[in-house]
Amino acid sequence: MATSTVATGEVTYLEAISQALDEEMSRDERVFLMGEDIGIYGGAFRITEGFLAKYGEWRVLDTPLSESGFVGAAIGAAMMGLRPVVEMQFADFISCAFDQITEVAAKNHYRWGAAVPLVIRAPFGGGIHGGPFHSECPEGWFFHSPGLKLVAPSNPYDAKGLLKAAIRDPNPVIYFEHKFLYRRIKATLPQDDFIVPIGKAEVKRPGAGLSIITYGAMVHLALEAAQLLEKDGLDLEVVDLRTLIPLDKETIYGSVRKTGKVIVLHEDNKTGGIGAEIAALLAEECFDCLDGPVVRIAAPDTPVPFSTPLEEFFLPKTGDIVEAARKLAAY
Amino acid sequence: MDLADVTRDIKRDDLLQMYYYLRLTRSLEDRISALYRQGRIVGGCYTSHGMEAIAVGYASALERDDFIAPFHRDMGAFLIRGFSPGEIIAQYLGKRTGPTKGKDGNVHMGDLKRGVIGFVSHLADNMPVAAGAALAFKMRGESRVVFAGTGDGGTSRGDFHEAMNLAAVRKLPVVFFCNNNQYAYSTPMRLQMAIADVVERAQAYGMPGEIVDGNDVAAVYLAAKRAIAYARAGKGPTFLEFKTMRMHGHSEHDPAKYVPQDLLDSWRKKDPILKTEQLLTQLKYGDEGYFRDIEARAKKEVEAGLEFAEHSPLPEGPEVLEGVFADQADSY
Repeated sequence: MATSTVATGEVTYLEAISQALDEEMSRDERVFLMGEDIGIYGGAFRITEGFLAKYGEWRVLDTPLSESGFVGAAIGAAMMGLRPVVEMQFADFISCAFDQITEVAAKNHYRWGAAVPLVIRAPFGGGIHGGPFHSECPEGWFFHSPGLKLVAPSNPYDAKGLLKAAIRDPNPVIYFEHKFLYRRIKATLPQDDFIVPIGKAEVKRPGAGLSIITYGAMVHLALEAAQLLEKDGLDLEVVDLRTLIPLDKETIYGSVRKTGKVIVLHEDNKTGGIGAEIAALLAEECFDCLDGPVVRIAAPDTPVPFSTPLEEFFLPKTGDIVEAARKLAAY
Repeated sequence: MDLADVTRDIKRDDLLQMYYYLRLTRSLEDRISALYRQGRIVGGCYTSHGMEAIAVGYASALERDDFIAPFHRDMGAFLIRGFSPGEIIAQYLGKRTGPTKGKDGNVHMGDLKRGVIGFVSHLADNMPVAAGAALAFKMRGESRVVFAGTGDGGTSRGDFHEAMNLAAVRKLPVVFFCNNNQYAYSTPMRLQMAIADVVERAQAYGMPGEIVDGNDVAAVYLAAKRAIAYARAGKGPTFLEFKTMRMHGHSEHDPAKYVPQDLLDSWRKKDPILKTEQLLTQLKYGDEGYFRDIEARAKKEVEAGLEFAEHSPLPEGPEVLEGVFADQADSY
């Protein structure tokens, strides 16, 4: 396998995902993969390149074009003791499997005690000119479905560690991997086995002036904005949620109690998004330490558009954060 | 059924056991319907009245290690897999001693240890799940089989078709069945599909299909045995269409006035318990006295179950918060 040879050097976000899958499949024979074009072709993004030759067609299953069918099948296999990892070719297609995820996977343990140790990989997000059906951020749909865990790594370390943690978790986990980051972000990873625990946010940049709560590709925009504002004397704290469910409320509250001002940033549409929930939580739990309104920066309430100027307008930009942070700091 | 086939292929004790489970199912569901009419059961109340032979027949044909993903009119299968009348009535009453501890109602029961995948109201949702369980068995080289079904209406859903296709492509050890009781709630077959027999769907997926008299427990049992043997031999899935008639409303609240009376009258003569008694009489396996004894025994067991369920505690409100997430996975 190509990716395992780069374990000692820098790896991309994409290679980190590939390494996590490879290592977990080697470690635990119950782990297997299902999805469209993941075997013979190696995956639309080549994440499982070489896996078919290494693990065979019964652990790397090319499925019919049938998201509901193969997610349902993965649920059945998971209940029987296996550890399936299914790939949505694009997160957008997860809508075809919505019913299996929200009604079967999410509720089985609650209803009748059957654990569903399932991972669904969902390549999400825009900035790649994918248009309305290859760029979505569907995490909001599942954020509202009790029984699911949701993670969204922003860097190769978290990508690898969260995927391993997801595979070892006894619950259904949707793993939102950001396509824009696949080949743009690199890091040197530890050689030893590690996980990133589900449910723990990380303060990526400590600061005292203002908190930015975000996840996924937006973490990098927040860090860029923080760097730009540093010379203005504005000290931004950037919190990378990493896990969306269960939400690390303590880290969020801790940051906001320190800074008193907060911007919630996400690439998903604004209305009813995760930012809305965080804003509501802050109003309930941190009202007395807020020194300004909770500000949301998110995509407008439209489908993700295709044409470059439209998509550029649609996606939150570093400039939006800089502008909002200055305004909020002056409040 | 040809009597010679029955005597050759079904053991006397197995057939008598099936008769007992038919009676137990009828007694249990009659009691549950009565409790519903008395207002002692809240929520939905779906019965298999007049269709008991399907679940009793197929569940009797399976081995202990096999799995079922039942239809919601398969009470007999729950009984055969080891759910007691007491547990089942407790489930209907929302008691903590029911298999879902009050989290879900009626036949929405499941238990991995007893080989039952919990029912989901969204019909056909469990068909891909059943295919996946069969996939796990095949991947591990086990000779276990999954038996999974839905109704005539359920075969219109995408999950039915996705499951049939997936299972056929990978030759998974699963048997799919349709309880064709001619009505999906109020919708008759002619508005559900443009084919005369649901079994025609099997051909499109490259799997064998068979029409079976769903009111004949011996026929159901033998068809299930054949399909199970085929799956166990690694040859892949089979689709069985069990033809029957829904004799009650969709749920007990539904008077089902949309079903023609003469249709019900003609099917009443084909009642599966009546048919089984006729068969047992012809085979000289049982007589009227024996039938009444079994009926009395079934009723007694149901009354004992009701006693247990009524004396069971209800869950406490805060228990609603328990069990959203699993701490560890079951090991299968």
